[in-house]
Formats: sequence, C-alpha cells, structure tokens
Amino acid sequence: MTAPREAPAAREEYGKPLPQPTDVSQPFWEGARAGELRIQRCRDCRQHVFYPRSMCPLCLSERLEWVTASGRGKVYSYTVIRRAMHPGFQADLPYVLAIVELEEGPRLTTNIMAAEPEDVSIDMAVEAVFEDVTPEVTLVKFRPSEAK
Amino acid sequence: MTLKHKAAITGVGELKPARGPEGKTALGVLAEVSRLAMLDAGLTPRDIDGLLVGPPMAETGQMWPSILAEYLQLRPDYANVVDLGGASACGMVWRAAAAIDAGLCRTVLCVSGDVFDVESFYQPRGGRPARLPWREFESPFGPMGVNSGYALIAMRHMYEYGTTARQLAKVAADQRTNANANPDALFGDRPLTVDDVLNSPLVCDPLHLYEIVLPCTGGAAFVVTAPEQARESPQPPVWLLGAGEHASHMLIAQAPSLTTSPIAVSAAKAFEMAGVGPKDVDLVSVYDCYTVTVVVTLEDAGFCPKGRGGPFVEEHDLTYKGDLPLNTHGGQLSFGQPGLAGGASHVTEAVRQLQGRAGDRQVRNCEMAFVNGNGGIMSEEVSLVLGRQS
Ligand SMILES: [Zn+2]
Repeated sequence: MTAPREAPAAREEYGKPLPQPTDVSQPFWEGARAGELRIQRCRDCRQHVFYPRSMCPLCLSERLEWVTASGRGKVYSYTVIRRAMHPGFQADLPYVLAIVELEEGPRLTTNIMAAEPEDVSIDMAVEAVFEDVTPEVTLVKFRPSEAK
Repeated sequence: MTLKHKAAITGVGELKPARGPEGKTALGVLAEVSRLAMLDAGLTPRDIDGLLVGPPMAETGQMWPSILAEYLQLRPDYANVVDLGGASACGMVWRAAAAIDAGLCRTVLCVSGDVFDVESFYQPRGGRPARLPWREFESPFGPMGVNSGYALIAMRHMYEYGTTARQLAKVAADQRTNANANPDALFGDRPLTVDDVLNSPLVCDPLHLYEIVLPCTGGAAFVVTAPEQARESPQPPVWLLGAGEHASHMLIAQAPSLTTSPIAVSAAKAFEMAGVGPKDVDLVSVYDCYTVTVVVTLEDAGFCPKGRGGPFVEEHDLTYKGDLPLNTHGGQLSFGQPGLAGGASHVTEAVRQLQGRAGDRQVRNCEMAFVNGNGGIMSEEVSLVLGRQS
C-alpha cells in the first residue's frame, strides 16, 4: 500500500499548509510516517474515532486506544479543484479533494491520486497511500483500489 | 418556551454592497448601519438597551459590543457577540427576543458588516497559531475555502438524487431576475440566464463561477423590540412567530450527512413554534452562499420531499412575480455577501417585504416569511418565521 517514495521537499520549499501535530494527534502523524493509517477506538463503547481526540465524543470515555486501520475505504464525495485559493496548490491544478469513508466508519478529508480527475467517482473503492511531503510530515492520501 | 409574538423587528438599515473597501473601516460600517436602523425605527441611542454584534472578518478586534457601544454612546444592559457565521443575524433575532422576554432589556440593536479588500482577504492570518482540526486535517489537502465544502455537498446530492447542474443554475437565474428589480443589488444591472451560469467556468466541480457568492463590503442592522414598544413604532412591526436553531459540525468531513443539514431540525422547530407550515408562507428568504444551499434548504425545511429540491426549483417560479418568491433581493448570489451581513440581508429583505416597502420587487399580500441563516458548511442553522400580524 505504500507508494514509491520520492525525495521529500524541504519544509521551506514545500509551500503548502502543513499540519501542526498536537500531543493528542502525534500518534496519527507518527503512524503516517511509518506507512500506517492509525485511528482511535474507544475501549468502552468500541466506536472508532477520527480526527484524534482526547476523549470519545460518544460516551466521553478517555480510554481511547490507537489501532491501525485497513487503509481501505470508499469515496463518499469529491470535487475537482480548478482554482487554487492557496498559491501552493497552483501547480497541482486540477486536483481531486475528497471525503473518504473508511471501512472502520470514520470519514476524512484527503486527495485522491488518480491519473485523471475523471477517473474518480462516488462510492469507488480506494486505498491509502502515504506521501512524504517534507522530511517531517507524511500525508495520508488515497488512490483507486487495485483489487476490484 | 415560545418566543411567538414576544418581540418584533421595527427598523432596518443596510448599505448597498460595494466591490471594494471604498475607504471604509469595519467599525465605520457597523456605525453607519446602526444609525440607519435606529432612524428607521424612530429611535435614538438612548432607546437602545441591548446590543448584539457579528464580528467583522476584515479586521481583528475583540469586544466588538464595547467598541460599538462607545462609538455610538450606547449604554446597553445586555451585550454580546453572536458568531454563528452566516447564521449570526437570524441567531440575533431570537437571542434578542429571548433576552427581551426574560426582562433583561427592551430594545436590542443587532448589527453586522464587513469591509472587503481583495488584497488582504485571501492572505493567511499570520501571527498566532491556529491549532484547530481544520488546519491539521483539512488545509494540507488544498480545500478551496468553503467553496469545496459546498461542492462536496452538491456532488453527493447529484449522486444520491439525480439533481442536475441545470436545476441548480435555475436558482441563480431566478434570483438574478429579482436582483434586476433591486437597485441596491451588486449585480442588479445585468441579466443572468441558466445557460450563462452553465457556461461560466467550473471552479470546483460541480459548482460554476456564477453559483458562488462574491464577498464584498457592506453591512446591515435591525432593531428588535418588546411588543409595547413595537406597537408605537413608525413602521409596521414585523413579529417573530417562530425560531429554531441546530448545529452539528465545522469540518465538512465531520458532517453527519452531506445531503441532510441541521435545517431539518431548526426549520421544524421554527414552524412548530409559529404553528404554521411551509405552505403558509408568502416569501422564502434563505441563505444562498451557493445554489445548492437553497436546494438543500428547501428540502430540509419541508417545502418539498428530500431529494426533490432539483425538480422543485425547476417547477416553481422563484421570482418576486412567481408562485414561490425566493430571495427577492437577489439573494447573496446577486446582492453580494458583505461578511456576516450577507446572512442579515435575508432578514432585512423579509422585513421590507412584510412591511410593504420592497419597491418594484414587492410581493403582493406578503403576510408571512420563512427566513434561514446558514453558517459554515451547512454547519450551524437558524430558521425563523416572521409575520405581519400580531
Ligand atoms: Zn466511547
């Protein structure tokens, strides 16, 4: 599932918004770095939780554990961005911004790395790829699943 | 608890939207529209004992109620910022009514406005970190502001219900017809057809340029007052008949549903309080940052079944002359979006229509209006029913 890694840009060359991990979210970003999509699960109500939180928003338990998600999901919705609001994305136009629903349930915002935006459709099966965008940060993106 | 007939809107003040800053400051805009609303209601600063302010985006500032109170020499006994994004103005209406009903104050000035400067608007806000979920889990993927959030809604709506681009475009075209009868609308001087919308560039699929609101400079204020004061007002009072509010998310990926919004709850509450339904209203004045917002709103408020919003807007004439007058000021798509005052424009237009002061675009026998304010990406919703009769 891990994409071939290109040499990541230095932080100052990257030119796009970067996450500022928090104490709570750090395991997610470490997982991405290691090529794993890590999400939280509540030990009390068993619900999966994303984005990372300090407590379960369903039962308020603080007993959240980190689990490695399958990385498989489907496109819940997507759009083709044709104008960049942040100049850092200008060279990527057009690109696909999507909400992916993970097999485990939670949804997340991501990019679909398809050859052409026209290749993307709602409910299409996708799998996680891990893009090292700087020496410190790896983003979890998705691509059309190879297994049909 | 009911707020029905507990307060009325008695005066409005609004600026004609402008493309650029025109030398104005955010505080200047707030003061200007406050003055107009007080004059319209026949009041002076001494009559105002409540103040609700929507924080302008153009300039940083804290304690906006104190800043504005000082400028206008108001002495409110009740003051607050209302920050519900585009739902702020509708939120102010019922918050004012609740404060009045609780005896905290009698006459509340509700104000919002902004200055739009293209040079600074798209600049990242420097300085302090914003360690919020959207910065960490959305910004790195290149969303196009909130445009892409509404595009995700539209795409899913088309997928689930077969809604077409032509149906969405009809909303923008009908609203433009309304704007053509409103001398204050930013785009009032030019026509717009369904084909014009469909031929405008795709910005983020499936949304075309003319389905997307334009930020601008402007402001709006209105006065909400107690029944005794309202009956002595120089203008016909517009009564709050029902109100409902509901919120669910900030990041669009966290929304419980992309195609059913919190309006399903807020509108039901508002109609229940008013004791009426969608069929009883003469005017629909609902937030329209994008065409799809209107379609989802009409469905969730019960004007048509879920998923039928596309055919519904195609089958009805949404102009001020039509069978379902909707956003008769042009909507924000044609009137312009002066920050949080864009949401206020749906309140001020409903008030003018119910008072019979809407000029060339006056809806005949306009007795009752449904108003909706929408914040974020269909995140925070406030629905109101306003009426002429007490
Ligand atoms: Zn739990």
